[in-house]
Amino acid sequence: MNEKSLLQVRDLNVAYGTTPALKGITLDIPNKKITAIIGPSGCGKSTLLRAFNRLLEDGDEVSISGKVLVGSEDIYDPRNDVTQIRKKMGLLSQRPYPLPMSIYDNIAYGPRIHGLSSMGSMDEIVQYYLTVVGLWDEVKDRLKEPASRLSIGQQQRLCLARGLAVEPEIILADEPTSALDPKSSQKIEAEFKSLKNRYTIIIVTHILRQARRLADYVAFIYLGELIEHGPAGQIFEHPQHEMTREYIQGVIS
Amino acid sequence: MRKKFSAKRLEELLFSVLMKASAVIVFGSLFVIIGTIIARGIGSMNLDMITKTPEGGYYLGKEGGVLNAIIGSFILTIAATVLALLISLPVVLYINIFKGKGSRLAVVIRMSLDFLWGIPSIVYGAFGFTIMMFFGITASLLAGIITVTLFILPIMARAMDEVISMVPHDLLEASYSLGATKYETAFKVATRQALSGIVSAALIAFGRGIGDAASVLFTAGFSDRIPLSLLQPAATLPLAIFFQLGTPFPEVQERAYASAFILTVLILIISILARFLTSRHKRNIIQ
Repeated sequence: MNEKSLLQVRDLNVAYGTTPALKGITLDIPNKKITAIIGPSGCGKSTLLRAFNRLLEDGDEVSISGKVLVGSEDIYDPRNDVTQIRKKMGLLSQRPYPLPMSIYDNIAYGPRIHGLSSMGSMDEIVQYYLTVVGLWDEVKDRLKEPASRLSIGQQQRLCLARGLAVEPEIILADEPTSALDPKSSQKIEAEFKSLKNRYTIIIVTHILRQARRLADYVAFIYLGELIEHGPAGQIFEHPQHEMTREYIQGVIS
Repeated sequence: MRKKFSAKRLEELLFSVLMKASAVIVFGSLFVIIGTIIARGIGSMNLDMITKTPEGGYYLGKEGGVLNAIIGSFILTIAATVLALLISLPVVLYINIFKGKGSRLAVVIRMSLDFLWGIPSIVYGAFGFTIMMFFGITASLLAGIITVTLFILPIMARAMDEVISMVPHDLLEASYSLGATKYETAFKVATRQALSGIVSAALIAFGRGIGDAASVLFTAGFSDRIPLSLLQPAATLPLAIFFQLGTPFPEVQERAYASAFILTVLILIISILARFLTSRHKRNIIQ
């Protein structure tokens, strides 16, 4: 890889109690590209994603070893402030969870917490990020309405806008279209494509066709191990590993 | 084949009758209780009951009302509910958000609350009395407030715990992933999400507090006057009912039922008001 990557994983091990979930993952995530983490359900894809913004340690009896570097900082260094690390990464979960407040306040939540004012007034910030995700025209007349009134597809785009409003460098997406209808899924995918010039996007998916459509770079995880990773074309057309080939052909799933 | 079929039918019939009977008992007893209170107290229901304090010889059937007890109960229970809320909300947020709902501390606190819940209110009254003796204060509004706070605290905290622990973990994660601290997540997200449940918890506690006689018997005392300071004794509706019912005069006993009606209506008004206030917030909630 020519460019130095923003996110580097070094020998990452995660275990829930005594059950290992990730074993010795070492991976460089390329900058300003879409990286897809693929693999069957329950193989550690989401665990890897959650390890990136330290959401894992919230659970019980999780043990983590190894390093995750963002820039030159190890995010597991106890001297680092966890909120500052999380601020660098927006998270999109499987089904949207708007905060229990208005559409406007959902976007403003992050900027208010961090005291962001680089964009000017809060109204401008809200309008800007709702426009980025293509939601502005749909909701501009009902910004004070509860976010729960939006359709689920709109909610997911709202969650994306909410994440972008804290000005992250990385977008983490955990099967972000799995709860959505095909049209809403298409909108989210289109959104990712247009955002990839400005953000480093990591998407966990078990939909191979989605990975083919979106990904520039692919990492295949099977039973907690990183089997193979590389540019999307190489993984899909000329997989080096027997297991990758079988997964892509649908022999294992 | 046919026999088995009819046995199943019988079983189904039996249980449906049982369930309907239970529903009738629950619903019926509500009507019977309210009906009894109204039927027996209606003769004494007049404006004097809620606008006047007892005058000389009230308990012998002379002029007056129970305004002293209405105001005493209100002040005492509202103060106790607010105090209990100030204690239980932080505890519940701490064990559910900061420590995790399955953590050891959460389990221990929950067990303690369940234990405290099981203690009869007369024991709280006796405990409050001991504290009063220790600090050298006499039966007063203050002692009553402290005792009722202790009595309703486990009820409120446990009811609140039920709703806060239902806040989806993914919602909390959404807040964390935006860089919010646990403190911000607890107060801006979890509390809002669970607001109607928190209000219900406070209401349940208020209802228990305003209706309890044993905890205030030794601690708040009783007075025919409206309390003007925290250190004066205060009358409460349950004790007013108790004293009036204990007289040998039918007209005074009738006033006890009228007082019970007032107490019931008060609880109803508070409950409807709170539901109305939280319904505005409820629409924000993600199911």
